[in-house]
Amino acid sequence: MLELAIGIILGSCALGAGIAMIAGIGPGIGEGNAVAKACEAIGRQPESKGSVTTTMLMGCAVAETTGLYALVIAILLIFVAPGRLVDLLMSTIR
Amino acid sequence: MENKDRRFRTLDTVYILMMILPIVCGIVLKILTNPVSDGIAISGANVFFTINMPIQDLPITESQVNSWLVMISITGLCLFLTHGIKEKADTKRQHIAEWIVEKVEGLVTGNMGEYFSGFAPFVTAILALSAFSSLLALFGLYAPTSDLNIAAGWAILVFVLITYYKFKCGPVQYMKSFAEPVKFIAPLNVISEFATPVSMAFRHYGNVLSGSVISVLIASGLQGLSAIILGWLPGFIGEFPLFQIGIPAVLSIYFDVFSGCLQAYIFATLTMLYVSGGFPADEYFRRKSAKKQTV
Repeated sequence: MLELAIGIILGSCALGAGIAMIAGIGPGIGEGNAVAKACEAIGRQPESKGSVTTTMLMGCAVAETTGLYALVIAILLIFVAPGRLVDLLMSTIR
Repeated sequence: MENKDRRFRTLDTVYILMMILPIVCGIVLKILTNPVSDGIAISGANVFFTINMPIQDLPITESQVNSWLVMISITGLCLFLTHGIKEKADTKRQHIAEWIVEKVEGLVTGNMGEYFSGFAPFVTAILALSAFSSLLALFGLYAPTSDLNIAAGWAILVFVLITYYKFKCGPVQYMKSFAEPVKFIAPLNVISEFATPVSMAFRHYGNVLSGSVISVLIASGLQGLSAIILGWLPGFIGEFPLFQIGIPAVLSIYFDVFSGCLQAYIFATLTMLYVSGGFPADEYFRRKSAKKQTV
């Protein structure tokens, strides 16, 4: 019985981490749009390449934030949550 | 003259040692404290020892020690670059030092305006600390920036600065700044105020950590691949790391060098933008000029 409970905990943590990383779609689309527009802008005005590139990198970093929130949640679910939950389970049994 | 020259060289040697020794110390410390394991594993920072404190125990971790080593190393670099500085630049190191100062001052005045030109040393410090902390991974050491606590510490420091500059026109103006552009949006503004340090810390930490996790995963995958292909051969050839040569280095160039420096730049730029964006410049200068007229 205990093995089953621990197995369910580990499996749910892994599933949760995988579901959390679906959020990676959003930043991917957003950054792709930003880079596409930056390429267009550089094609139109090659002399403004430097400032366009730095602005694009800044925008990409900000757009990436939601993906990184999901990443932090996934990392917590994989590396931290199973140990905590198993400890909790053990303490309730005893 | 001979005596002075010798003294100059001795100090130079001391500064160079100050740059290199902390990193050597870190490598030695890592070799001494990390237990030898056969597999490649993903783990957090090692806890060296714990100091008993009244409220909560204070663990001294690898990331804290490494960030102090980076600070000592950067101090050595700065002392070396500015050693024997003259009014007219004629040495290579003075040219490098002047180039750094000019670049950062241009960056700060371009992004924040003339009023904040005193911010250049702070921005340089954040930039150098963040970049060198990420580059520490090249020596095989634990990069302090892949620990959330370090990034959160810097983000809280930036948050304090933002709040200080928002308070420049008094608490009433500070409260009013939340009720913009309309009044009922104030709760959302309060939340976004606290989301600023959280997002800054998570951005820096998440980028560096995800890079190191991917590097470790690919390294262990390559280990398995070369074990499959060469594993059936006897003796020394069977353990030959065929695929681990070269491929992780290419990844390291992107994840450690490029991504680390880019994150440092982004952290510094966001610091500048948030601090200068939170400062109510128009109101402040209006009050200042009004004060001058009454006096």
